[in-house]
Amino acid sequence: MSMHRITVNVNGATEVVDVPANMTLLLMLREKLALTGTKNGCASGECGACTVLLNGEPVNSCMVLAVECDGAEVVTVEGLSSDHQLDPIQQAFIDAGAVQCGFCIPGMLISSRALLDRNPKPSEYDIREALVGNLCRCTGYRRIIDAVQKSAQMERAPGD
Amino acid sequence: MSITPHPGLPEFDYIKPGSLAEASQFLAEHAGEARLFSGGTDVFVRMRDGLWTEKYLVDVKALEGMNEIAFDLSSGLTVGAAVNMNRVAAFPAVKEFYPLLEDAIRTVASYQLRSRATIIGNICNASPAGDTVGACLVLDAVLKVHGVDGFREEALNSFFLGPGKTVLKPGDIVTSIRFPIPPAGYAAKYIKLGRNAIGDLAIVGVTVLGYPDASAASGYRFRIALASVAPVPLRPVKAEELLASRQILPETLEEASILAMDASSPIDDVRSGARYRKLMVRNLTLKALKIVWDKIH
Repeated sequence: MSMHRITVNVNGATEVVDVPANMTLLLMLREKLALTGTKNGCASGECGACTVLLNGEPVNSCMVLAVECDGAEVVTVEGLSSDHQLDPIQQAFIDAGAVQCGFCIPGMLISSRALLDRNPKPSEYDIREALVGNLCRCTGYRRIIDAVQKSAQMERAPGD
Repeated sequence: MSITPHPGLPEFDYIKPGSLAEASQFLAEHAGEARLFSGGTDVFVRMRDGLWTEKYLVDVKALEGMNEIAFDLSSGLTVGAAVNMNRVAAFPAVKEFYPLLEDAIRTVASYQLRSRATIIGNICNASPAGDTVGACLVLDAVLKVHGVDGFREEALNSFFLGPGKTVLKPGDIVTSIRFPIPPAGYAAKYIKLGRNAIGDLAIVGVTVLGYPDASAASGYRFRIALASVAPVPLRPVKAEELLASRQILPETLEEASILAMDASSPIDDVRSGARYRKLMVRNLTLKALKIVWDKIH
């Protein structure tokens, strides 16, 4: 099997990693870079637990080869907060009580962050549609949707 | 030693050719043991499940022209093979001239999957259930293919041979798809029946496009594409001919829907029984025909 040396920017830091051809971005993050916030759920692009931002777009990291990410920018759940300051979407999930077991939450946060970045005023339907690829088996989704709505409100300028 | 709940992808070599010529050459020389991929959303799942066992995966995303999406009023819309579905759906000319394409794309899996998935991948995968294939068929799309002998075009209507089977030969790479300017005054509708509102595979998919045409006896022409109800994405030709030849009345639409049902040959599978599928072809074709008819006359 072919081996590849790639250079990838992960959460703002440049990483040089040797990866075998069949290593997914998900496994590279977890096992080469010890970024275990990103979860391995279905490993087939269905559940969204492994969602990360690749060049600003949410992707299932189980459906991307690490070697394909040479030169790319990746943001994982660990990269959402800065200087111990949570991203507004993270704070909104806490405030809304949107977390139960927590396994789906890293993917939920990334998908929600990506939604608010491309659509700062989403309707409830927009939120449901954006999160259709993130499965949660605990919450019934209601509080997750509440959290995204609340974060959208807080992030907008007053009166907008 | 990594511990994962799934065996993961089998071993293969990752190949990133520098040109289309090189890629076609490699794929032809390694026929049966090399497979090209773009977004990988179908390929990786099949490899992981052991259904495909290729020794080489050939990444064609960076090849010339693959990332271009362009529109002009003479040749229409051209979408490169590596342009992901979200990019197509957000492209201004798609929203203006081909909203059917955006509607179909938004029913595919999830947003994050569509960041990788491509229309040409959906077509080349040749699943009878492909969500965007019906829109491509009724929009009369044409594929541009690069093979060992250079470029050629393939009409989508004669592209599919069976589930997972197309006219493509070893070394062939579909590089782009072109959508001509749609007929004046047209309207179109995609209705997808899934087990939930969005994201699931289609139990039945019906795409209808209709437009006024003075050369037809009825004054109108309709194009219909059916998904998930035959070994290949299907155009029910008799239904289309009826709608071109006979005055469009409510009973004409009903009769056309029955002809569409008769053209289908669905199977029983995990998503639905064949009999239910047949009845849904009739009902959803009628529903889509009515929606389109109301907009064009």
